Amino acid sequence: MPLAAYLVLAALVFVIGLFGVLTRRNAVGILLGIELMLNAVNINLVAFARFRADLAGLVFTLFTIAITVAEVAVGLAIVIVIFRVRRTIEADHLDLLRG
Amino acid sequence: MTEIVGFCVAAVVLVGASLAVVLTPNLFHAVLWLAAALVATGGIFLLLDSPFLFAVQLLLYAGGVVTIVVFAIMLTERLVGASIRQTSRFVFNGAVLAAAVFAAIMGFVLQGGAVARPIAGGDQLRELGRALAGPFGVPLQLLGVLLVIALLGALYFARAED
Repeated sequence: MPLAAYLVLAALVFVIGLFGVLTRRNAVGILLGIELMLNAVNINLVAFARFRADLAGLVFTLFTIAITVAEVAVGLAIVIVIFRVRRTIEADHLDLLRG
Repeated sequence: MTEIVGFCVAAVVLVGASLAVVLTPNLFHAVLWLAAALVATGGIFLLLDSPFLFAVQLLLYAGGVVTIVVFAIMLTERLVGASIRQTSRFVFNGAVLAAAVFAAIMGFVLQGGAVARPIAGGDQLRELGRALAGPFGVPLQLLGVLLVIALLGALYFARAED
């Protein structure tokens, strides 16, 4: 398969994740969309690493995977705290910081 | 030939599961679809001759992340006492914006010329280990610090009130 096929696939997954982030009301649903977008980035990194025979792409993929895990842990902890305090995780209702 | 078939299967599963993640009304089902999408991504990594990343993907993403999200949903759902249905808003606007971003990315992809795929060479895992211990040693240590800080922070947030 040519490099472009992998890039198109990654772009598709990225915009699907973007769509999820924009349209979901539930905070956990938004986090799932972010997961999809980061996943698409990983596909891009690995594809470029393979086609350019450059190991840095693989190392960066490892780093982004680890950082994503940390991000999910903190994000879900925040979601649980918000839920405890506000009894909702609908993003529309969380407007405490709105000016 | 096998690569083309494998790529098509993985791509169809990946795109279908991703669409299900953002469209299904049941949040729990969305997480299960996300697991399917992440495993399909692992399949793409295999096609790109990166079996090590495939293993990492399964362990950390499909194993770790999905488990954490399922736990969070079960916690909040139990507290609510009702199955969480989630609705979407601005579906049309979101679709338009996503399509525009896709078109823009396609513009860049089409500008790039075809790149020949080099022959897979050598022991990739050994080179990866050397890179992580050598030129990428400091970022790796920083990553460890970041993980500890993030997990401590998550623990602090989610601790029991007393």
